[in-house]
Amino acid sequence: MTTTTSVDVPTTPETKPGRPPGRRAGVASFAALLLSPSLLILLLVIGYPIVSALRLSFIKTVDGVDPDTGLVTHSSVFSLANYIDIFRGDTAAAFRNAFWNTTTFTIVTVIIETTIGVCMALVMNKAFRGRGLVRASILVPWAIPTAMSALLWRWIFSADGVANDLLRANILWTTEGFQAWLAVVIADTWKTAPFIGLLVLAGLQIIPAEVYEAAKVDGSSAWRTFWRITLPLVKPALVVAVLFRMLDVLRMFDLPFVLIGPQKKSTQTLSLLAYNDMSNLHFGPAAAYATVLFAYVAVVAYAFVRLLGADIVGRGVGGGR
Amino acid sequence: MSQTMPAPPVTDKPVGKIAAGEKRKRSRIGDSSPWYYVGIAVIVVYCLAPFYWMVVSALRRPSDQFSNSLLPIPASLDNLKAAFSPGNGFARGLLNSLIVAGTTTIITLVIGITAAYALARLDFRGKGATLAAIIATSMFPGIAVVVPILQLWTNIGWINTYQAMIIPSLSFALPTAIWLLTAFFKQMPFELEEAAQIDGCTPAQAFRRIILPLAAPGVFTTAILVFIAAWNEFIIAVSVVNKSEYKTANVIVSQFTGQYQFQQPYGTQMAAGVVVTIPLVIAVLLFQRRIVEGLTAGGVK
Repeated sequence: MTTTTSVDVPTTPETKPGRPPGRRAGVASFAALLLSPSLLILLLVIGYPIVSALRLSFIKTVDGVDPDTGLVTHSSVFSLANYIDIFRGDTAAAFRNAFWNTTTFTIVTVIIETTIGVCMALVMNKAFRGRGLVRASILVPWAIPTAMSALLWRWIFSADGVANDLLRANILWTTEGFQAWLAVVIADTWKTAPFIGLLVLAGLQIIPAEVYEAAKVDGSSAWRTFWRITLPLVKPALVVAVLFRMLDVLRMFDLPFVLIGPQKKSTQTLSLLAYNDMSNLHFGPAAAYATVLFAYVAVVAYAFVRLLGADIVGRGVGGGR
Repeated sequence: MSQTMPAPPVTDKPVGKIAAGEKRKRSRIGDSSPWYYVGIAVIVVYCLAPFYWMVVSALRRPSDQFSNSLLPIPASLDNLKAAFSPGNGFARGLLNSLIVAGTTTIITLVIGITAAYALARLDFRGKGATLAAIIATSMFPGIAVVVPILQLWTNIGWINTYQAMIIPSLSFALPTAIWLLTAFFKQMPFELEEAAQIDGCTPAQAFRRIILPLAAPGVFTTAILVFIAAWNEFIIAVSVVNKSEYKTANVIVSQFTGQYQFQQPYGTQMAAGVVVTIPLVIAVLLFQRRIVEGLTAGGVK
């Protein structure tokens, strides 16, 4: 737990010597008692959906007309059809589009948000008067419900809205096209860059002032100090913040749903695609999309933890919804 | 790290002299730099300008809706009244949000607090794996919960009920709460239980009498953060409810219809949006220190 970061509280109970074995068994059963309600609930609200979604994704409902009675029939067959459809036919194009949007949203917003967030953190990292005001204002975008911020941006980006007024343009932001994609990126950046700033600031504040003083004595330039000292030292906090943002954007739903609309190709994400099928009661394809998204999220999270050493357990940063 | 640098003095300022006389600060350029205040101003404007626009738009007269002036002059509460007009069901939506978010928060805290205590302060095998698994569940995409849950609720007739929203909400609220509480419990000195045990307390007594009262601030912070997360929840609420009596505020406001079919009632929506957001903004103002502490728990100290 303490290998990738030096900020962890070192007094973990594992290091305590000499527990009598009887006492330890008592502790273990007490721990099991304390944990069981939570684990039971998580099994119910996470474990059940995973298994159920996986099962659903392999079920194909066939609508047909009974030749004898003339009535519509539904029959369910167990097949790979939902997954095959992902790569074949009309649905393949819709899936590719949603996968592309999900991926581009993730890459672009996370890069922009991280850049802005780090800049914000660097500015905020100085002792100054009115720190409370800045901290409060930086929490405002974070606190606004995403659905409400999406409405707000829909209003800002409306045909007669303030965005067009400021740009002296007549862009129809919420219609199909690149501008809709851009509107989502802007709205998402506004809401979450301050959050990254906050997490990075927490990382900056534990860097001892002596490190900077030493760099100053060595005559290091501000730019060089940033790349050689600040960034490496803040990396654990930054990696965790970026991981959280990525996982949040990968499952993005509310923002394109409210800001642009549920059936718009330009901003359809995997979550929206699954939602559309689900609301038409096509549970099989919806479950297949959701399962693919789940796998995507899992791969990204795994890659982050393995390759970049994101130490989420040790830090316990609570964040995105 | 700095010893590897050849260190040519290429700074644009005389190094070392600026802050030398006074108390040392952690700055690299002087604190009095005007650029620094510009930076602060940019951050504040960046964060608040869109929200300010929401408030201003809410306070305009409906006839001034498309005015882009910076102040709502003359101001009016007509949009607010329209938002609360009986046909919208907005008041009911606020109540529904309160019921769903409040119940979720209470259930989450009651259940999560014991789990967090065990994970933070008891020594047992598989602890790290358990915590990692719980944290992993918080990264679960909402849609993957909603698809099977919607089918289940349809089959057992739970569509348009509060429990249909509350139970899936636990899927993100509980892992978040356990994680935050674990971080808070870990920050408390471990001598507490040792002292309690020397005094003859069982682990259960130590938890109830010593740890729980001292952990109250952390529990409170967790409650705020979980409540905000549950209050902001959208995908579950929009999926499992289709009767307006049970829609949460977020859902009902996003579905407001205007007087004319193809005109979105932005003024009314902004007013309602301000009402939905104001409790959170007040919470942020009152508890900002705690909220920041919670969001960065474990990373600060």
